[in-house]
Amino acid sequence: MPQHDVELILARQLAEGLAVPVMLVDARADTLFFNEPAEALFGRRFDEVDALPFETRTRLLAPRHADGRPLQIDEMPGVRAMRERRPAHVAFHIHGLDGIVRPIEATAIPLESARGHVLGAFVVLWAQDAANTVPREET
Amino acid sequence: MRITVWGSRGSIASAGAETVRYGGNTACVSVESDDAICILDAGSGLRRAGLVFAGDTRPTHVLLTHLHMDHIQGLGFFRPLFEPGRTIHVWGPPSTTQDLRTRLTRYLSPPLFPVRIRDFGAHVKLHDAPLAPWLAGGLEIRAAAVIHPGPTLGYRITSGGRSIAYLPDHEPALGGSIGHPAWTSGHDLAASADVLIHDGQYTAEEYAQRVGWGHSTVAHAVALADLVGAERLVLFHHEPDHSDEVVDQMLATARSDRRRGSADAAREGMMIEL
Repeated sequence: MPQHDVELILARQLAEGLAVPVMLVDARADTLFFNEPAEALFGRRFDEVDALPFETRTRLLAPRHADGRPLQIDEMPGVRAMRERRPAHVAFHIHGLDGIVRPIEATAIPLESARGHVLGAFVVLWAQDAANTVPREET
Repeated sequence: MRITVWGSRGSIASAGAETVRYGGNTACVSVESDDAICILDAGSGLRRAGLVFAGDTRPTHVLLTHLHMDHIQGLGFFRPLFEPGRTIHVWGPPSTTQDLRTRLTRYLSPPLFPVRIRDFGAHVKLHDAPLAPWLAGGLEIRAAAVIHPGPTLGYRITSGGRSIAYLPDHEPALGGSIGHPAWTSGHDLAASADVLIHDGQYTAEEYAQRVGWGHSTVAHAVALADLVGAERLVLFHHEPDHSDEVVDQMLATARSDRRRGSADAAREGMMIEL
């Protein structure tokens, strides 16, 4: 695997040191890394899944609106942030890999190189009201 | 390729009896082929390089890793820049805010310097280093961003299947442990290089007080050299407060710690033929 750009390397290091859940994606929206707080939202340790291609992540987490409609690709925060080159904030539900459906919010910030190329996105995640968290089989 | 070290010191020139063996001039290394001259960084060592390369008709390229003073302060004393009719290409890191000329002019203009770039006798062509490799005669040059405060590049120069990687100011440890190729700054530039000239400014004790300043310990340099499979590690950017004896000790540590390949410490006048 080729070396990642230094902006992504530094972003991962920052994410590893933060107490808020963070996911790092590359320019293809493939997941490069998520930190320990994000593991609690996704329901799986990063070391167990390693990097996740966008399609695999979307299939596993099944991001949906509150009314059950699947999020379209253009609605995903990381994709939106990179396409529009500005922060994007989205509230939605995911099916954690531990079987729990969680309402979350995500703010994605695009990462660009000094040459102006989009390298990826730094996605900060928040769990919404824990009372809304329900086991998957009840949905 | 012929590699010559003109300045190996970091941060500030430090001439004196205690630094006479490794030298007190700041970063400057030339890489020559029969048909081109590349000069890596323009620290105070560039003045002496200019005496040697004055009147040389080979295309001349100055490759700046970044614009900290210890890497550009020799520019105004580089004799070839004052030779009418000569073209000097200067390459540097791109920035999202200002072009290279604007950033260099902050130093190369009054009140910090009496002569402006436009008043140099030579034709100075300034370039943002591109993402893709480019050629200077028979030398292939590649640049990539590395971890150091502000826009900073490392360079790799290849000719005839031999390569030198130059990462004089580099703190890969800031990106986490040096161990996974995909997550280690500088990995691809330095991969399997015959010669890796790398920042080795600090002892472990000094680094503990200076995390984030953009530099490496000897252990970091050795770890990176081993990870990328560099044949010969050359410690560079010596701490200005380190005497020759201290650099000797750091070099001995590097030599004993390398798992494969050799280690050396850059000193003014050092020449390497590849």
